[in-house]
Amino acid sequence: MSVVAALIVRDVRRAWSHGGASLPIAFFLLVAILFPFAIGPDSVLLAQVGGGVIWAAALLAALLPVERLVAPDAESGVLDQFAIRGMSMAAVAAAKIAAHWLSFGPPLMLAALLAAGLLGIDRETLATVELGLLIGTPGLAALAVATGALVAGLRGASALAGLVMLPVAVPLLIFGAGSIAGGPGAVKLLAAVSLLLLAGAPFVAGAAIRAGRA
Amino acid sequence: MTRLAFAGVSCVRGGRLLFEDRSFDLAPGDAALVTGPNGVGKSSLVRVAAGLLAPAAGKVTVAGRRALLVEASALDHDRPLAKALGFWAAIDGQRDAVDAALDALRLTQLADVPVGLLSTGQRRRAALAAVAASGAPIWLLDEPGNGLDRVAMQALETLIAGHRAGGGVVLVATHLPIEAPGAATIRLEAA
Repeated sequence: MSVVAALIVRDVRRAWSHGGASLPIAFFLLVAILFPFAIGPDSVLLAQVGGGVIWAAALLAALLPVERLVAPDAESGVLDQFAIRGMSMAAVAAAKIAAHWLSFGPPLMLAALLAAGLLGIDRETLATVELGLLIGTPGLAALAVATGALVAGLRGASALAGLVMLPVAVPLLIFGAGSIAGGPGAVKLLAAVSLLLLAGAPFVAGAAIRAGRA
Repeated sequence: MTRLAFAGVSCVRGGRLLFEDRSFDLAPGDAALVTGPNGVGKSSLVRVAAGLLAPAAGKVTVAGRRALLVEASALDHDRPLAKALGFWAAIDGQRDAVDAALDALRLTQLADVPVGLLSTGQRRRAALAAVAASGAPIWLLDEPGNGLDRVAMQALETLIAGHRAGGGVVLVATHLPIEAPGAATIRLEAA
C-alpha cells in the first residue's frame, strides 16, 4: 500500500471513530433547522432563501473540524515521522485533504437532502445545490486543511481559524449560492475557485507545517 | 554504504547559538552518544541529523534510511499497540518485523492493548519497537532511556548492540548513562 493511501485510510478511520466526522453534519443540520425559526413559517420565502441557507450552513460546518485536521498529528509526532520517511509535507497535506473530503463531502451532501426537505426546496433547486456541493466541498476541504496547518499549535486556534478561513471561503459561497439562480456560468466559476483552492492548499499547508516545526 | 556525518555543523534556535562547528562521521557499526546538561541542544542535534531542522552552518551527509525516536511516539492512541506499530511498518514495507520488535521489547503481551492505556515506560518501549521494526539502518534516538526501568534499559542496550552488529548506525542523545561499547561521545557544553 502506498504511503498516501495508508495515510488517507488512517485519517478517514480516525475521523469516523472519534465521531469527528458526524459533528459537522449535525451542526449543519442544526443551522438549517434554525433558519425557519428565525424567518418564520413562510414556505414561499423559505424555499426562496433555502439554497443560500444550505450554503451558509455548509460553510459554518466546514469550520468545525479544522482544529483536529493537522494539530493532533503535529503534536503526536506523526508529521515528523512522515518527514523522516522522505515524504513532502505537501503530499501529506494532499492526502489529508482527500481523507477530509471523504469524511465531510458525501455526508454533507446527504444531509443537504434532509435540509432541503426541512426548508421546502423544490427538486430542481435541490439538484443545483447538490451539484454545487459536489464541486465546492473539495475546495472547502482543501481550505480547512490549509487553515488547520496554519493555526496548528497556536493559542486560540479555533477563533483564528474562523478569521483565516471564512474570508477566503467567500467566493465559494458567492458562486455556490449564485449557481442556484445564476445557472451554468456560476457553476463554472465555482469549479474554478474550488480547483484553485485544491491546487494551492497542499503547498500552503506544507509550508505552514514546516514553519511550525518545534 | 550507510553513513551519517556532520561537517562543521552549527545550530541556532530562536536567535541563540546552541552548538557550533561540530563534526563527526559514523560508519556502519558505529554509535555516538550526545551528552551534556539540559537545554544545551542535544535534541536539536538529533533533529538536525533527522533533517527536521536546517543547520545554520555546515553540512550533514546521510546515506541510508533513518528512523527517529522522539518524545512524541506518533502511535495512534486509540489503536491496539500491534496495529499502531503495523501502520508504520506497512509504510516501511516491514510488516513482518512487528512481532520480532514487540518480542525484543517484551511487549508481546500488550499487543492488543490500546496505546493510550500504556504506561510512560511501556509507551517508550513501544516507540523503540517502532524504530526496531522500521528496518532503517540509521537510528536517531532522543532520550531513549526516559521512563525505562532497569530491565528495559538493558533491552535497549541489547537492541543498540544488535543493530550495530548488523551494520547499523546509532546516534543517541541522552542524559542517562547508556552502555554502548566503543561508542563515540559528543559532549555539548553550555555556551
